[in-house]
Formats: sequence, C-alpha cells, structure tokens
Amino acid sequence: MDATAAPIRIGADPGMAASPALPPPEAREIVFGVRGASVHYGTHLALRDVDLDVYRNFVTAFIGPSGCGKSSFIRCFNRLNDLIPTARVGGQITYHGEDLYAPAVDAVEVRQRIGMVFQKPNPFPKSIYDNIAFGPRVLGMKGGLDERVEQALQRAAIWDEVKDRLKTPALSLSGGQQQRLCIARALATDPDVLLMDEPCSALDPIAPAKIEELMLELRRDFTVIVVTHNMQQAARVADMTAFFTVEVGDEGRRTGILIEYDETARMFTNPQDSRTEAYVTGRFG
Amino acid sequence: MASHDATAGARPAHRRLGAVRPRRGEAAGKAVLALCAFLSILTTIGIVVALLEPALEFFTEISPVEFYGGTDWAPLFEPARFGVLPLIVGTLKITVIACLVCVPFGLGAAIYMAEYARPAIRSVLKPALEILAGIPTVVFGYFALTLVTPLLRDIGIHVDVFNALSAGIVVGVMLIPTVASVSEDAMQAVPAGLRQGAFGLGATKFQVSTRVIVPAAISGIIASFVLAISRAVGETMIVAIGAGLLPTMTLDPRLQTETMTAFIAAIGIGDVPTGSVEYKTIFAVGLTLFLITLALNLFAIRMVRRFREVYE
Repeated sequence: MDATAAPIRIGADPGMAASPALPPPEAREIVFGVRGASVHYGTHLALRDVDLDVYRNFVTAFIGPSGCGKSSFIRCFNRLNDLIPTARVGGQITYHGEDLYAPAVDAVEVRQRIGMVFQKPNPFPKSIYDNIAFGPRVLGMKGGLDERVEQALQRAAIWDEVKDRLKTPALSLSGGQQQRLCIARALATDPDVLLMDEPCSALDPIAPAKIEELMLELRRDFTVIVVTHNMQQAARVADMTAFFTVEVGDEGRRTGILIEYDETARMFTNPQDSRTEAYVTGRFG
Repeated sequence: MASHDATAGARPAHRRLGAVRPRRGEAAGKAVLALCAFLSILTTIGIVVALLEPALEFFTEISPVEFYGGTDWAPLFEPARFGVLPLIVGTLKITVIACLVCVPFGLGAAIYMAEYARPAIRSVLKPALEILAGIPTVVFGYFALTLVTPLLRDIGIHVDVFNALSAGIVVGVMLIPTVASVSEDAMQAVPAGLRQGAFGLGATKFQVSTRVIVPAAISGIIASFVLAISRAVGETMIVAIGAGLLPTMTLDPRLQTETMTAFIAAIGIGDVPTGSVEYKTIFAVGLTLFLITLALNLFAIRMVRRFREVYE
C-alpha cells in the first residue's frame, strides 16, 4: 500500500496526541465521505444528520456517551446494518467517491474490502490457523496461505505468541490475545479499512495498551476507524475525533447526533462546542 | 446521618439465633424431585432386567452362535430356525434409507430456518414441521403402503407391495422434523458474534452457515442425527405396515422385509403360548435391539466429543 500519504509519526509517544505532523486538510485523501447520514431501526431514529470525512491512513475515533449511535454509525461503513432486517441507512456515504449504498454495490464485497473488529473478541471455534485463513478461504485466494497467515499474525503483533501453536484452538488464548487474533483475522484479506467497535472494552486493563500500540502501527498501511467510550484512548491513538451525543426528543426517544469533528489535539485542548468540552473534561457522560 | 441513639431504642432486643430444625416440606419436595429425575433411569434398569431374564433362558435353549450366525429366521415354523441376521439386516436397511432422507432434508430445513428464513416465514414453518412430528406412525404406515409404493412404481422402480424402500423413505420423512428442530435449536444457540464476525470478513450467507454456524453447532446437530437413528431403529408401525413381515436376507430395498420391531409386534399380537421358546424369542430380539441402540448412542457421544467446537 502507498505509504507516502501516511503521516509519519511511528515511534512517537502515544500519550502525545498533539500531532504537528498531521498533513494539512488539502493534502488528505478522503476514504469515506459522509453526508446527512442517518440510521433508523424500524421507526426509531438512532442517529441523524451526520456529515464528516474519514481520511486515508488516519486513525479516526468516534466517541460519546452510551446510546449516541456511534456503534450504529460504524456499522454503516461495511454495510453490517444490512443484516438487521429493520435497519435503514439514510443520507449518503461514499467510499473512494463511490456511493456505498448504490443498488449495484455488493455488500459482501464491501465487507471483503473493509474489515471489522468487534467489541467482544469473537474467534471462531477453530484453530488459530483456521481463524486467520477463514477470510482468504472464503474469498478463494489461491496459494501462499501459510505466508498470508503469518503476515497477518505479524501485523497484529501476535505472531511470536502463537507461532508454535497454530493448530491449537483459538479459544485457548487470553481475551487480549483473542482480540489481536481477531484483528489479524480481519487483516488477512488485506482490507483497505479496519473498523474497530470498542475493541478494548471487554478486555482486562493490560491488554488495551497493546491494541492501542497496534492501531498506531496499523495506520501506516490501513485506514482505521475506532469507536470508543474511553476518551483517553481516543486522545492517545486518534488523529481525528468525532464527538457524538444523545438528543432526547418527544416521548423520550433518543437520537444520536454529531456535535463536533476535528483533529484530536484540538478537540481535546480547544473544543468548539460546550457539550464537547463538558464531555472531554469529564463533567458529563 | 441521623443520630445513632435515635434508632437504638426502636429495635427489640437481640433474640438468639435458632438451632437447626427439620423442615419436612423441604425434604419431601427434594424427594419428589429426585424421584422424577431418577424415574427414567429406574425404568431403563427395569427394562434391562425384564429383558435379560427371558433372553438368557432363550439362549440356554438356542445357542447364541445359531442366533447371531444364522441367516434363516423362521421361529414359528417346523422345524424352527432362529437365525436373527435377516431381521437385523431388515432394521439396518430401513435405518439407512431413513437417514438418507432425514439427514439432508432435516439439516437443510434447519439451516434455512436458522439462517435464511425471515421471522414471518419461520413462524409458519416451525409449527408446520411440528404438526408433521405429531402424526401417528400408523398413519405414516398406510401412507407408505398406499401412496409411496404406488408412486415408486409409477416412476419405474419395481417394488414389492410391501418393501423396505417406501417404508424407509416414510420413516425418514417422519424424522425430518426431529432433525430440523433439534439442529435448528443448536444453530440458534451459536453466539451472534460469530455470525457477525464471519459476515464482517466478507463471507456470504451460505459460507457463514456452512463454515461457521454448522461446525459450531455440530454437537447439537449430531445429537439430532442420533435421535433420528435411534427412532428409525425402533420404528415399528410404519415398517410393519409398509415393509411387511417376511424376513429376507437381502440388501435389495425393493423387496419385502421384516425388522426386529415388526417381528416383536407381530408375535406380541399373535397367539404364541407364554413361556415357550417362540415367546422367548421376543426377548432375545428385544435385547439385541436394545444393545444396538445402546452401541449407537455410545458411538455418537464419542463422535460429539471429538468434533465439538466449544464456543465460549
């Protein structure tokens, strides 16, 4: 993958969110363009009127309190909401300029190009090897499966821990290892984008550090979108951050809205909206 | 906080903790529940004992070598011949044919209901399948004799009036709901996260179903097969009516045949004197049937342990 467009900050202190090396807006390549996006479940409007651009080789974080629609939103990018019969996605989402929801677009192919990691580690009840090989196999990728598996495990920084027991069940790994295995599994088909839906929230306190480190590594080759309710995590890993909140309408209906989207450093030091400020300083949510 | 003194006087003085005392209702409840749990085990033991005694008496008169080695079954004729193999072959023929029907169709129905059908369709399908499971087997027996057999002849398969093929097919049809229902429950129990993970990797619905859901639910699916096989081995009415009562030492499914169960039923309603050798054959055949089913179950348990994919 083209690494020249990537912001070069590898090895930077992950605690330092201020990113002087972020490329200027005109130099950024847009992967996803979101205009007026909304998500309905049946008659319930879960999220409305979202506008934002997701940039290539950036880590983009979606933060906000529970029920703000950030998980619903991330599932729009790989059309995973299609699997819920009552879900409807409105507005427009483009992927490299193409309408992601155009009738001619095959959702299965979308998911082959856009990988996803879920909140709870969900390795298949198969061996470590078969978990990683699953994606290449269903895609019918020919040859070099062993190399592909090794490369994916290397990229997810778990190779050294599992290389001697690739045939053992994936469920014998610890929670943190399982999650990195799931990241490796998503990377094995060489996707363009990696979506991560609260990837650390079900893990013990040590594991997230490794996964955060990994996200910073991954942005060299991939575009990463991460949903998190952990603001420190967003501050540590994200180049751009979107802050969502819940709007309580008539009859107590809760709808998510996007409040602010900006470079992470600015978002945390100089938020433009008082609601963002309240959230990032811990006075709300 | 309110003052500590304020509540101190309101509460009565401490009463000593009581000693352990028997609670009769509790013990009786436990006894009744335990009885429920052990009833089926006691029944099984009772059946084994009841079978074993006359069966052993039978084997003092007829040697097991003759019984299990002989290929001619004519216990009621003169001279009587006690080779049980034709009955075993008859039972196995029916079981294999039934499995060829109920395993693919039952599993297919289960995958469709668990993974493909929309809730509206599912809510119609499942009860419909359960109705099929509720039809008395005697009705299925005449279904084999008066519908399936002529149908087989119409499509050019030259079957006897009574034949193993149509009885086996109908036993299989009868067992589709069993396989479908138990397998579907197992597939429904697979965590949604596995489904999402597989879809998230760009797998198609068919790939998700066959490569993730079925392997994850395999122990439940195999359990459904075992249940179906056990019921096929034990099925009586359909085979007595559809397959006939003529023991034949042949694998040809088009011919008339007799199963172990059909023999037992036929003798049971006949006028064989109690205590005679002919009478005791029922128990020898019954014991054999019991051992076959037991072996199948033990084999199945091993299979399940071996292929199980534990998902939590």
